[in-house]
Amino acid sequence: MKSPGLLRAGLILLAVGALEVLCRTGIIPSLTAIPPSAMVASLVEILRSGRFAADIVATLRNVSISIAAAMLVGVLIGTTLQSLPATRRIFDPLFATYYAIPLYAFYPLLIVIFGLGDLPQVAIGFLLAVMAVIINTLNGLDRVPKVLLKAARVHRLGPVKTALKVRLPFAAPYIFTGFKLAVAYSFIGVIGAEFITSNRGIGYEISFAYNNFDNPVMYALILFVLVVVTTINMSLYVWEKRLLARRLR
Amino acid sequence: MTADRAGDASQVHVSLRNITRVYPAQAGQPDVHALGPIDLDLTKGEFFAVVGPSGCGKSTLLDVIAGLARPSAGEGVFEGRRIDGDVPDGIGAVFQDDASFPWLTVFDNIAFGLRHAGHGEAEVRAQATYALEFMGLKDFARAYPAQLSGGMRQRVCIARTLVLKPRLILLDEPFGALDQQTRLLMGDELLRLWRETRATILLITHALDEATMLADRVGVMSARPGRFLEIVTTHWPRDRDSTIVSNEAFGRLTSRIWALLRGESLRALGREQGVA
Repeated sequence: MKSPGLLRAGLILLAVGALEVLCRTGIIPSLTAIPPSAMVASLVEILRSGRFAADIVATLRNVSISIAAAMLVGVLIGTTLQSLPATRRIFDPLFATYYAIPLYAFYPLLIVIFGLGDLPQVAIGFLLAVMAVIINTLNGLDRVPKVLLKAARVHRLGPVKTALKVRLPFAAPYIFTGFKLAVAYSFIGVIGAEFITSNRGIGYEISFAYNNFDNPVMYALILFVLVVVTTINMSLYVWEKRLLARRLR
Repeated sequence: MTADRAGDASQVHVSLRNITRVYPAQAGQPDVHALGPIDLDLTKGEFFAVVGPSGCGKSTLLDVIAGLARPSAGEGVFEGRRIDGDVPDGIGAVFQDDASFPWLTVFDNIAFGLRHAGHGEAEVRAQATYALEFMGLKDFARAYPAQLSGGMRQRVCIARTLVLKPRLILLDEPFGALDQQTRLLMGDELLRLWRETRATILLITHALDEATMLADRVGVMSARPGRFLEIVTTHWPRDRDSTIVSNEAFGRLTSRIWALLRGESLRALGREQGVA
């Protein structure tokens, strides 16, 4: 085990193996957890039968809408605020305390506003995610060197072109960090909201299985969420590293 | 001070009259009189260098000519049109700080202005390739600025400027961050570029030898507020290069400029230390 990658894989395998042994030997009772191999088998069965296909599609769609909206709105608000320093000074302290607000406390209000459909879940995911994009967009745009803005003026670029061709490209790695967080927050927001009040989605089904002592379904769906989120984040991480490699000085 | 004219008035490319820049009072501090009044005519195709003690307003002068800053008083005219808060067409500028775009390859950096100007991709390719070859960057077309040395990145910025065929090139200490050998070689390239493009060049530098070696005329500025103490004509042939530093006139001219500047530099230094 020479590389950290091998070490990491080894550690995960070790933990999974230990859980398998503990479950199989009955040290962990089957009402608490099922062996990882059974989780995988159950997940394969679920995916093959298409039993929860509608839930999975609904959750992934709501998460995607939340991510896309947070990226678009976050970059727009961040870019606009960065060019309006006076307005920004009004909002900065509010942004700083934003994540101190337990958004789920507003869930009843969101249902009143958006009804019982998918919108409250999307709204929670979006509200959690958008601030990360705004803050990171502002941070990136604040770092654009003055000389690049001078160069933009000498190239006779107007304010919109300067934003699109110079400021945002420079800020891209920072905005990318915001996007990564937006992906994580959207999953947390949407699936968490499905737990509270919803009649479909992965979060709802996990909660339903939990209440019915249906461990194979519950653990299979948890495993599914884990695999999806990890895969997406790892891909983004690799992409980000590639983006940054050419920028490092 | 009267304007120094080094050529026929019909060939005047840039004309500055009574240019002054005052930074308004802030937080209990009085107004800062940064520059001027400056009167100067640049002849079409000449190489003009500006030297002066640090903080004398050299860069402010360049910003005013480029249309990046408005003068508090006075008027600048470029090709018969008033310079008025915007960068006029036909002006290119290279700054001391690296202005290459780190997210673009060398090629795309150089093609940036051409694409913005709406040239077709075939023409962009042809022009950018020429500029790459001219600046010795051919092998680095696909590299990113981060992979290049400071001198090479400054070359990218020069190539990005010259590819737009500016008629007036403004250089704000472009070699200030480079070592002495690289600076001499970059000076040679600059002279070659100047001859081939026939552009008017205004070079701001703190290196007296660089100014003497490159320019047709060297404007020596006073400590703040910067004014021209004297404009020294070098009388170099148009076809010259860095070997001119061994010419006996080179030493004489550089000494003369230093004699003019020494007192001013001391004043600037004293002022910075609060001795005034």
